[in-house]
Amino acid sequence: MNYIFFILIAVSIIAGIFNNTLDKVVNSMLGACNTAVEISLSLIGIMAFWLGIMRIAEKSGLVQVISKILYPLTRYLFKDVKKDSPAVGDITMSITANALGLTNAATPIGLKVMKELQEDNPEKDRATDAMCMFLGMNTAGFQIIPATVIAILVGFGAKNPTEIIIPTLIVTTLSFITAITTALILQRIWRKYD
Amino acid sequence: MIEKISLFILPVMILFILSLALIKKVPVYEEFIEGAKDGFKVSISIIPYLVAIIVAVSMFRASGILDWLKDFANNIIPPDIIPLMITRPLSGSAALGIFSDIAKEYGADSYIAKLAAIMVGSSETTFYVLAVYFGSVGIKKYRYALLTGIIADITNIVLAIWVARLFFLASSGL
Repeated sequence: MNYIFFILIAVSIIAGIFNNTLDKVVNSMLGACNTAVEISLSLIGIMAFWLGIMRIAEKSGLVQVISKILYPLTRYLFKDVKKDSPAVGDITMSITANALGLTNAATPIGLKVMKELQEDNPEKDRATDAMCMFLGMNTAGFQIIPATVIAILVGFGAKNPTEIIIPTLIVTTLSFITAITTALILQRIWRKYD
Repeated sequence: MIEKISLFILPVMILFILSLALIKKVPVYEEFIEGAKDGFKVSISIIPYLVAIIVAVSMFRASGILDWLKDFANNIIPPDIIPLMITRPLSGSAALGIFSDIAKEYGADSYIAKLAAIMVGSSETTFYVLAVYFGSVGIKKYRYALLTGIIADITNIVLAIWVARLFFLASSGL
């Protein structure tokens, strides 16, 4: 992450000088600071709401039921998560919310998962295998119906906007599987370097 | 039909959770407040991480470097899809912006618009997700999480191009 942060900024400034876009680069730098704060402030309300709803779901035993059903799979993919950890159920909920395209719901649940995984983490600034697997699944962005994309296509007058659903589902499923497989393989390789 | 389903999922889920809780005699209001308290803390704690990633990505986009990359495109893919490929893992709103631009420029029924739709719809904002999720718990050493995300993104791009050709290229006359 250190390198990526450095490269993005350094390359932008150098390219800005050559491209004569340095003014734009500086303006967007200053503007982005506000954007970042606006995003997190706008998250507060929806975060509070979803964490509230999720707490109710947890207390009523719903999360436990779902996690019990998917337990064998979660167990296999998240070997270092303790059996009684609430993370097992929340991981399932998070992936489900993502798959349904409920991005606003998925983020708070996902952050809750990270908090729960962090509790069992012996080294607090270093990612665990479970975290890497969870984020691998998240960054692959598995989604059953790409609602936003369809909405935009409709907005620009597509004749048959829903025809992209099947091809998108094929691609998203395959990349989801790729992410899980990659995480499983890298897990083994990385252990030698840690 | 799909908009209808999408519209129903969320409220039905909430209704179901609340009803189940009531049957199980859970004090729904008190538990809601307890959970909601955490929302504020988590949102505030991700600010520094968000500033870092959003500033870096915005500068990168403003520098005009993505326009250079367009020149490297060959006849496998339409050159105008390149900025979208690069932007997708970095910024969700920017990717949607580029996608809208393509749909406007070439028409929503064009091959390139469909390819762009598949690309955007089947992937996630990798860097944003990593920054926010790891940031919320203070993880600084990402280990192989970033590499996993990037490999998944590359796979995603290749698959999107392949599937788009399979489904739509023949009918586009390209």
